[in-house]
Amino acid sequence: MAPTALDHLLEVEGVTVRFGGLAALSDVGLTIAPGTVAGLIGPNGAGKTTLFNVLSGVVRPQSGSITLKGERLRDHRPHQLAGLGVSRTFQGLNLFGHMSVLDNVIVGADRLARGGLPEMLTGLGRYQRDERELTARAMAALEEFGVADTAHALPGTLPYGVQKRVALARALVSEPELLLLDEPASGLSGDDTAELAAKIRGFGRRMGVMLVEHHMDLVMDVCDHIVVLNFGQVICSGPPAVVQADPAVAEAYLGTPAQEENGD
Amino acid sequence: MASSLRRKQAPAAATARASARRGPAGLWNSLPVLPRHLLAALAALALVAVLTSVTDGLTALRVANVGYYLLAVAGLQLLVGFSGQISLGNGAFMFIGAYTTALMVLYTPMAPLAVVMLAAVAAGCLAGMLVGAATARLHGPYLAGATLALAVGLPAVALRFPDLLGGSNGLFFSLRGAPPALSGLVSDSQWKALVVWFVVLLALVVLATTSRGRLGRRMRAIRDDEAAAATAGIPVGRTKVVAFVISAGCGSLAGACQAYLLGTATPSSFTLALSLSLLAALVLGGLGSLWGALWGALALVYLELAGEELAHAMGLGSNVANNAPVVFFGVILIVIVMAWPLGVQGALSRLGRSLRGR
Repeated sequence: MAPTALDHLLEVEGVTVRFGGLAALSDVGLTIAPGTVAGLIGPNGAGKTTLFNVLSGVVRPQSGSITLKGERLRDHRPHQLAGLGVSRTFQGLNLFGHMSVLDNVIVGADRLARGGLPEMLTGLGRYQRDERELTARAMAALEEFGVADTAHALPGTLPYGVQKRVALARALVSEPELLLLDEPASGLSGDDTAELAAKIRGFGRRMGVMLVEHHMDLVMDVCDHIVVLNFGQVICSGPPAVVQADPAVAEAYLGTPAQEENGD
Repeated sequence: MASSLRRKQAPAAATARASARRGPAGLWNSLPVLPRHLLAALAALALVAVLTSVTDGLTALRVANVGYYLLAVAGLQLLVGFSGQISLGNGAFMFIGAYTTALMVLYTPMAPLAVVMLAAVAAGCLAGMLVGAATARLHGPYLAGATLALAVGLPAVALRFPDLLGGSNGLFFSLRGAPPALSGLVSDSQWKALVVWFVVLLALVVLATTSRGRLGRRMRAIRDDEAAAATAGIPVGRTKVVAFVISAGCGSLAGACQAYLLGTATPSSFTLALSLSLLAALVLGGLGSLWGALWGALALVYLELAGEELAHAMGLGSNVANNAPVVFFGVILIVIVMAWPLGVQGALSRLGRSLRGR
């Protein structure tokens, strides 16, 4: 459980990213509390992926700060985030194609193992125990998503919906405190999306979740708080009902009748 | 179509695995990884002992050749097949091992063989760390090019320092053969073959343990998807350097074994052709499994032999005959890769799967 004394798990303040003359993000802020699901929406090119990349340390912002669990992240590298309790999924799934489903998920759990390099090389010390524990955790995660029977298959041989579940299991097996989901519903059938919504609500109680998604029904269904981006700026922020009622949001998605430029 | 077929086979394979878990195979699998690998290595050493005691000295020498090539190719397997970094220069690490051995034997004659071998491993690991750190950000053809430069450039060092490294003649030294107590039982060449295989199998135990465990899984994850591996908390750059260090250590130890066996270290043994042969043997044997390295090493030694014999039988002139083994190896490589794109080991494991599936 996340500590209750902490108001915010993640706090993004004034983040600005410029690619040459283009401002991909300008002065973006958002907060995610533990045990809540925050949605990040906006039309294509609004800056959702850039914000995602800033959080995961792939892109460095020109200004602004990211605070995780009360500690400011400075120059963090992608692989350091797992140790800080942050996990993510990829839009393109990015499963390890030549490794079994079980090994895919075991890699996701790798940060929980304690053995060091000498133990990995010699098979002494914690080697055996690490292997056993990681395998057990990975199997439990696969069972949670109902895909344990595919443990020894290669991801590429499985239907897309099953691959999605494997990717979620890989992201969740490390028991993150903050989970970043990049368009988890894309390419899923209606039934699968409904199941996904139930899952997100389920693990959303154990951790903070940031959901980037185009599927509006899913976003409105599972999010406690929604941030709307357009042209790199936050144009609306609030609970689903507020966002749905905001004319600026409809404008961003559907365009304005008079075709005003930079109407903000 | 193909994928749906494979999916249908999966449950059959799973039940086969489940039934294999009981019985002697189950007992074997329940052993921890390290003792299992040590027992397998012991069995392999016994096999080599039997093999060399029923054959002549020349065969013993060839068996020893297979041994050190196996180690060099297995080290390359970890780098290429597991961590996904291509190297055209692993022959250079063999060069380092051979020359370290020669220099140690010549200048510190009192040092026991184990110390000499450890020094060769240390020198190789150091070189691997430098090369790995310098090339950690390079991918594909760029990495291949950088390692190619290593294979081309390093043997020239021997020519640059003729006083220390003996120039193009290389270094010659003599090592003791079988210990006097065993002189009646074991011939010198058999003893040397056993020493080489003991060293090789010990290193293979480390390689097998590493590749089966977390480190091997980390390498394969990086090979398949760097971004996803980093997300899982795997230090991508560091893991790549570690792969280079292990691979270089194995290559160097293989070079040390070669020098121990032949009593020489000459630059002409470590040409670019050697580095390329190691990679070709790896592809022929099969990427992604240490068994592939064994088939590759056997091919390196015995296809060259077959090529020489073929050239001899056809009565070719020495100019043609000298190059015949290379051509022969190349033709076999092309045929095997066309017939089995995953190499010998890929073909064998597919055969094994279809046998178990029935």
